[in-house]
Amino acid sequence: MAVVDTGTTEARPAREGRRSSAALPPEESLLPGSDRRGFWLYLIPGFVLFAVVILVPLVWNVYLSFTDYRGIRPPTWAGLDNWRELMTDDRFWTSFVNSVFLIIAMVVVPTVLGLLLAAMLFDLVGRKFGGRLASFLRATYYLPQILPVAIAAIVIGWILRPENGALNTVLEAVGLGAFQHNWLGSPDTALLSIMVVMVWVQLGYPVVIFMAALQRVDPELYEAAELDGAGWFQRFRAITISIIRPEIFVVVLTCTIAALKVFGPIYALTRGGPGDSTIVPSYYAYSEFFQSQQVGYGATIATALTLVIVVITVFFIRAQNRVERTERER
Amino acid sequence: MATSVVPPVQDDRIRPAVPTPRLPVAKQRKRPKTATDWVVLAVAVAFGVLVALPFLLILVNSFKSPQDYTAGGPLSLPTSLYLDGIVEFWNRVEFPAKLWNSFVIAGLVAFFAVVISVLNAYALGIGRVRGRTWIIVLFLLANMLPQEALLYPLYFMFKQVGLYDNIWAVIIIFTVIQSAFGTYLLSSVYGTFPKEVLEAASLDGASRWQILWRVIVPISRPTLAVLAIFFFIWTWNEFLIPLTFLVSNDNQTVPVAITALQGDRLMDVTTTSASALLGLIPTLVFFLIFQRTLTRGITAGAVK
Repeated sequence: MAVVDTGTTEARPAREGRRSSAALPPEESLLPGSDRRGFWLYLIPGFVLFAVVILVPLVWNVYLSFTDYRGIRPPTWAGLDNWRELMTDDRFWTSFVNSVFLIIAMVVVPTVLGLLLAAMLFDLVGRKFGGRLASFLRATYYLPQILPVAIAAIVIGWILRPENGALNTVLEAVGLGAFQHNWLGSPDTALLSIMVVMVWVQLGYPVVIFMAALQRVDPELYEAAELDGAGWFQRFRAITISIIRPEIFVVVLTCTIAALKVFGPIYALTRGGPGDSTIVPSYYAYSEFFQSQQVGYGATIATALTLVIVVITVFFIRAQNRVERTERER
Repeated sequence: MATSVVPPVQDDRIRPAVPTPRLPVAKQRKRPKTATDWVVLAVAVAFGVLVALPFLLILVNSFKSPQDYTAGGPLSLPTSLYLDGIVEFWNRVEFPAKLWNSFVIAGLVAFFAVVISVLNAYALGIGRVRGRTWIIVLFLLANMLPQEALLYPLYFMFKQVGLYDNIWAVIIIFTVIQSAFGTYLLSSVYGTFPKEVLEAASLDGASRWQILWRVIVPISRPTLAVLAIFFFIWTWNEFLIPLTFLVSNDNQTVPVAITALQGDRLMDVTTTSASALLGLIPTLVFFLIFQRTLTRGITAGAVK
């Protein structure tokens, strides 16, 4: 998902080629002789659905966060009570700390590994061993991405089964029986196991995006750098990273949002346990809604999560625009 | 494909994702392979094996009897073809019914969401209505929101109108969520629609409505197909909202039904493996069918 650069279409001077039409003054529609206002009709179905499914529930949810509501009798106004409780709720803070661990598993590790793997596939494997092998490996890395994430969790969960799971059985067989562990069932390894699931799921996404981005890198640039005596890592840093930076931004942003929203694997494997060791904000909100019947408090958690995501997104887009501006000014 | 869905607002440094003409194959082949190259290849292959391993384990162990599993461990091949685990789980979850539910939901969402995206994008990309940038930002925001923030009000609303535990609730919700992304992507595509075509169509006296369905939709069909495939797979894979809204056994989707049985005491080790196998087969099949379109389309939204 690319990031919108708001309002720049009009501001920028016309460019050459087929894109020039997009930079014309916006006063009229692209359809000659057709008034812009007439097009509002086409937005009606989309707007109505949007209002019913997104806008109204969103506002309602924010309202519920200021109420005491058990789901049966109508909500009663509670002011900032829920928010005050949230600030001192250890469980809530634990859930966000766990989200940070999921960001490591879903953003940091896949982006770094993805960059290296994409560069390896594109640079070396593709060039010296043939593009076919490179695209086969790329497809393999991408495979877990297409699964429903709950099913992906079940696949890894099966390997980590406590009594007769594949990992424990293999450990036993090679004489490392002492390392057998109830991976998902003990507080010290449960979150780590979830992180392994998420790295496995997420790795292919940056590889595919970065490999597509690398298509833009001019091979001559590499050859010139090579002639100048630049080593592989220097070339990687100076050329590859700087050219595919827009994609790195997009991958980091979309993966961070995805990491904050994780729900399926937690529900399928641990339900937040043991204790609170794998609880995440979305699972916490869900359990408040439908298990504890504390709808007002659940709405507060969901609103807080939304705020965090919005703040991160705004921050990212501004950082990206700033970097691009300084880049252009150079 | 990838080029036609690149949003119009682009950094000048960045060329669209058209493959740069590479060195001729013959010349590449001649490059000598050093020891480092082989090491890099080995590392890349090792990662591939690591990623593929869970799939292989599930595949091998789904066809074993629990006794076979205990005797030979997870890494051995099945001594005899044992289908009871799969058959038992298939019957227990009534798999064909779940497949059908998932198929109907994902298929209808893909269709409706593409239609809504087209209508929105026609007004925003070609009609260029006032304030369109903000409208697009609004739609994008909808796609980004955590679903938890909509969950309870939606649950309450659909309960009030009698659509709770009805697949139409899920279809309506995902039509909106997916079309929010579709509107964003398609608006940029339509913003760069060839002007000559539109001029010719309006010279022929075609109405706005006719131009949309007879000119624009047919020309942008490849993009619409990619969108529909994405919407289908994304909806198929959704979990939280189907879990909340489809509570009765008859309405559940494949991922929800399979997850629901995981804690079950009756699930022995190979039956659990079989359940994971049944969960991943449909998406693998879609992936194989749509592979070409998909690998091109994945990057569609990413290139700024």
